[in-house]
Amino acid sequence: METIKLKINGFEVEAYDKQPLIEVAEKLGIRIPTLCHNPIIEPYGVCRVCTVEVRHGRRVRMVTACNYPVSNGIEVFTDSERVIRNRKMIIEWLLGRCGNVPVLNKLAEEYGIAEPRFGRGTDNCILCGLCVRVCQDIVGANVLGFFDRGPNRYVSTSYDETSDLCITCGACASVCPTGCITIEGLQEGIYKEMPMGPITPIHIDFMQAVPKKAVIDHDSCINFKTGGCKVCVDVCEAEAIDHSMQETEKEVDVGTILLSTGFKLQDGRELKEYGYGKYPNILTSLDFEVLNNANGPTGGKIVTQDGKIPKAIGIIHCVGSRDKKYHEYCSRVCCMYALKFAHLIKEKIHDCEVYNFYIDMRCFGKGYEEFYNRLLREGVNFVRGKVAEISDATLDKSEEGKLILRAEDTMVGTVRRIPVDMVVLCLAVEAQEDAKSTARLFGCAVGKDYFVNEKHPKLAPVSTPSDGVFIAGMVQGPKDIPDTVAQAGAASSAILSLIQQKEVETEVVTAVIEESMCSGCHICVDLCPYNAITFYQDRKKSEINEALCKGCGTCVAACPAGAAQQRNFKDVQIYAEIRGLLAI
Amino acid sequence: MSKSEFEPRIVALLCNWCTYTGADLAGTARMKYPPNVRTLRVMCSGRVDPAFVIFALQNGADGVMIGGCHIGDCHYAKGNYSSRRRAVILKDTLESLGIDPRRFRLEWISASEGDKFAEVIKKFTKELKELGPNPLNKGAQDA
Repeated sequence: METIKLKINGFEVEAYDKQPLIEVAEKLGIRIPTLCHNPIIEPYGVCRVCTVEVRHGRRVRMVTACNYPVSNGIEVFTDSERVIRNRKMIIEWLLGRCGNVPVLNKLAEEYGIAEPRFGRGTDNCILCGLCVRVCQDIVGANVLGFFDRGPNRYVSTSYDETSDLCITCGACASVCPTGCITIEGLQEGIYKEMPMGPITPIHIDFMQAVPKKAVIDHDSCINFKTGGCKVCVDVCEAEAIDHSMQETEKEVDVGTILLSTGFKLQDGRELKEYGYGKYPNILTSLDFEVLNNANGPTGGKIVTQDGKIPKAIGIIHCVGSRDKKYHEYCSRVCCMYALKFAHLIKEKIHDCEVYNFYIDMRCFGKGYEEFYNRLLREGVNFVRGKVAEISDATLDKSEEGKLILRAEDTMVGTVRRIPVDMVVLCLAVEAQEDAKSTARLFGCAVGKDYFVNEKHPKLAPVSTPSDGVFIAGMVQGPKDIPDTVAQAGAASSAILSLIQQKEVETEVVTAVIEESMCSGCHICVDLCPYNAITFYQDRKKSEINEALCKGCGTCVAACPAGAAQQRNFKDVQIYAEIRGLLAI
Repeated sequence: MSKSEFEPRIVALLCNWCTYTGADLAGTARMKYPPNVRTLRVMCSGRVDPAFVIFALQNGADGVMIGGCHIGDCHYAKGNYSSRRRAVILKDTLESLGIDPRRFRLEWISASEGDKFAEVIKKFTKELKELGPNPLNKGAQDA
């Protein structure tokens, strides 16, 4: 692009030919007031507030900076006497229509207009048309338009009726300079859909996301609704946004795999006695974590659903874990995060009573027991006993809106009834729903709680029966972050040592298929738990990959032709052994 | 062995990872169980061809037992499932061959269940004593 030179308020600047004047001034740090200018929308020059004086040779003109294309040799004055006088007049005219708009009043104050000569109008739309243009040009919904003529002109929807075409994107409200467009029921609507607060269509999932990249939410992005907008594409300097991207599947050849598919929290609704989902102030541990997060919907303020600061909070340990009805195992992480919650609550709300209901405190790690003792000193209440039920069965007015916890206190030997404002359920960690099929896919077995079994609990804690497949984290069983990190470290070094070896050690007792005897019946292929047997369509024969075979011999026992034989456990060898046992 | 009392011969095909180790544990823990059992190690209960069982019963065994890991605990993920499916059919087959299906047993005994191994052998021996010698046994009690 051709560069030209011009002067603004006496400063010489370089700019591209035909670049809008307001952009050039902005780069120089010169503020030109404007109402109807928005960088994403084609300038229109309708509010006239950005009027400046342009001299070209002997010619002097008053122009709107937002849509005036600069040219070589011009001289611009943004705050000359004439400009100020003109602008004052424009603002007074605008006030004559919209006398009570804060932006205009602020401008009036800036330009020393105490009482506008033409009075103060009661409208609040300056008819800049930003909303109409954003709806048509950017969003493409074509809902808003100008109606009537002359002094009666106004912005509305067709026939002034609620439009079916409106996608409630809020673009019109966000561009409106006077704030005269509002969306009805916006707040409630959003919180009904997303109780944890709204997210923008483009967002970074959470602060610790890896990779920490912005994503576009398909459901709320305007482009996927109307095909319009794409403002982000224009704004993104890295040109990283592509709305036409599709989900693709990639096939990657790897030698080792680390299974680290994690866990899920038990559904709190399974425990009817605790009323999760029924009472809004009963949160799961993850809900509370979001609520307490500084990036969360309340900015880290601990408040009940109706925005009040709780005076008493109950934290219930072992919900669904160490419980014969749900999971017999201990979820391992709850005790410590429950203590953390109690500590954070005490830190944020000093006079809040925190009740921890526990079966046993399992503070098993380094510094954990000390932390527990510290909490005892901080004045957190610990009640040893399980909560029987949570209800809203209040006795009198003072308990209104509170949740009533009934629990046995085995230390005192009595049943306690404690009213609280909020309850946090430390729900059990569970294996992922598809843990079994995932494990099967990788030739691993799951235990009775659907956590993937390691090869040996002490001697091979990160390996699985499938060579080259390793496990780390909650997929193997409940564990806290330090344990997970340690396990992941062990798994990755096991993986590296396997890669470094360059050769794979195979089992001694692998099975082999004698090709001349194989009838190609397929029976063995489906039986193999390690997917080690491949059927070759062209030869109509099956073949065992000895690197994958673990030597269980299931295929050998099933082979009707006797083509499959296991090394050191051949049929003839076993028959000979039986003969030996029976002494025949 | 007194000639008056019948002592059955049991062939036990045990999986390397669970029942064989369990039997080992029964031994090292000095648990008492009848000496009638003769063990044979295979890598997995899934390796046991039903033909082995029939062969043993035809050739002098009074009872055959397959021992494997508990369902879901198989070292090879699912070998014992195959074993379990085969056992159901095998019992029918034994019956049609004229062999009492009670002479065949499939047991899940883990490596830590030495006591269960001893218990199972005791029970099986007692049952076989009640059943008497295997009719296919050609009267060869002295072997």
